[in-house]
Amino acid sequence: MGEFLKHQIKTWGLTELFKGLSVTGKYLFKKKITVRYPEEKTPLSPRFRGHHALRRYENGEERCIACKLCEAVCPANAITIESEERADGTRRTTQYDIDMFKCIYCGFCEEACPVDAIVETRVFEYEFHERGPHIRTKEDLLAFGDQHEAQIAADRAADAKYR
Amino acid sequence: MFDAIQAFLSGFLYDWLAITLTLLLQAIAVILPIMLVVAWLTYAERKVIGYMQVRMGPNRVGPIGLLQPIADALKLMTKEVIFPAQSNKYLFIIAPILAIAPAVAAYAVIPFSEGVVVTDINAGVLYVLAVSSILVYGTIVAGWASNSKYAFLGALRGSAQKISYEIAMGFALVTVLMIAGTMNLTEIVQGQQGGIWNWYLLPLLPMFFVYFISGLAETNRTPFDVIEGEAEIVAGFHVDYSGMTFGVFMLAEYAMMILISFMTAIMFLGGWLSPFEGIPLLETLFAWVPQLAWLSIKVAFLLFVFLWLRATFPRYRYDQLMRLGWKVLIPLTIVWVFVVGAMKYFDFGPWFN
Repeated sequence: MGEFLKHQIKTWGLTELFKGLSVTGKYLFKKKITVRYPEEKTPLSPRFRGHHALRRYENGEERCIACKLCEAVCPANAITIESEERADGTRRTTQYDIDMFKCIYCGFCEEACPVDAIVETRVFEYEFHERGPHIRTKEDLLAFGDQHEAQIAADRAADAKYR
Repeated sequence: MFDAIQAFLSGFLYDWLAITLTLLLQAIAVILPIMLVVAWLTYAERKVIGYMQVRMGPNRVGPIGLLQPIADALKLMTKEVIFPAQSNKYLFIIAPILAIAPAVAAYAVIPFSEGVVVTDINAGVLYVLAVSSILVYGTIVAGWASNSKYAFLGALRGSAQKISYEIAMGFALVTVLMIAGTMNLTEIVQGQQGGIWNWYLLPLLPMFFVYFISGLAETNRTPFDVIEGEAEIVAGFHVDYSGMTFGVFMLAEYAMMILISFMTAIMFLGGWLSPFEGIPLLETLFAWVPQLAWLSIKVAFLLFVFLWLRATFPRYRYDQLMRLGWKVLIPLTIVWVFVVGAMKYFDFGPWFN
C-alpha cells in the first residue's frame, strides 16, 4: 500500500518531469563550452598534423634524399616523387608532389622520413578553390617550410623527448 | 484611441470606409507586434535550447545574433516555392493560409490590458476554442494536398491528436468558466482581482497543468510533436513545403504558442493583474508598472516554459500520446469539474463569493 501511494504521488506530482526540468534549468546557467572559432581557437598540440612542408638543413641544403619511403608508406597514394643524381653525386628529388585532395593527414610520411624532411605543420587554415593548386609541388613545400621553420623546429624539439 | 481615429477618418471619408480602415488599423496594431514577437521567439528558442545544451546558439548575425530572425525571414522569402508534381496546387497554397488565419484571428478577443481588446465579445472563450480548432484544417489540408505518404501520415496524426486534446482543453476551460461565471475574457481577468491567491491558478492547479499540456499538444510542440517527428515521418505535414509557404506554417505554430500562453495567463495567472495586489508596500511600489507589462511578463515566462520543455523532454510515442490524452487528462478534467462544483457549492476559498 505504501509503495502504491508513493508511486501514485510520484506519478501525479510529475516529479520525474520536474527533475528533468531542473537539470536543463541548471544547464541554462552553466558556462558555455563553445569556442567561437575565428575569434577564439583551441590550443594545438606540437603533433598537430596540418599542411605539409619540406625542411632544409641550416646551411640551406634540402633534407630530402629521395628515398621514397614516404611515397611507399602513403596510404592514400598522395605523394609522387621523381629523383636524379646531382652533379655532386648526391641523390635529390626533381619532383615532390603532394595531392592535398588525396592526403588523409595520417602523418605516416613524417614518421617514415629518415631525415625529417617531410613534416606536417600546425597550419590548417588553407583552402583550394580550383583544381591545380591543390597539388603542392616541391617548390611550394620548400617555401612553406622556410616560412614556418621556426615553428616546425620548436614543435619537433617539444615532442622529441616522447619519441 | 481607435474611436478617435474612426471619428477623424469619417470626417472626410464615407462611413463604411472609415470603419473598414479603422478595423484594418486595429488588426495591424495587433498582428504586427505578434509577428515581431514570433520572429524573435524563434531566436529565443534557438538561444534557450542552445544555452541548455551548453552551447551559444545563433550569435553571428548582428550583436549576439539578434538579427538572426531577419536573416531567416529573408532566406525563406527568397527561396523558391516548390510544388510537388502530383499535388493539388490550390489546396497546397490554401493550407498555410488556413493555418495562420485562425492563429492570428484568435487574438481579436485577447484583452492585452483593461479595456484594450479588439472586440470585447461575451463568448470570448468559446471564440478562441472554436477558432483554434479550425487550425487543424491547415494541417489536414497540407497533408492531403502534398500527395505524399509522409505528409499524409503527419496530417492523420495531427488531426487525431488535436481533436483528442481539444476535449481535455475544453474541459479545463469549463472549470475556469464555472468559477468565473462568464465567458468574457476581460471579466474572467477581473474576477481574479485581489492578489496572487485570488488567481484561478490555486483552485485549478491540476487544470492549469492539463491546459498547458493540452496547449503543447495543440501547438504540436515537443514532447507532442509527433506530427513532424523527423525520425519517423521526416517533417510530417510540411515535408513538401519550402520557402515562404513553409515559413507561414512556422509563423502559425509560433503565433499559436503565443496565443496559448496568453490564454493560460488570462485564465489562470490573472491576466494583466499585478501579482502584488493587496500586499501593502509592494502594491504601491509596483503601481507604476503598466498592465501590459505584467501580462507580457507572464506570457514571456510561459513561452520560456514552452522552450524549456522542448529542451528537456523526448518526443512521446504516438500511442502513449493518445493514452495520455484520453485515459489521463480527460478523466482528470472531468473529475475536477465535479471538484470545482463542490467547491462552488460550499463557497470554498476566496474564489467563490
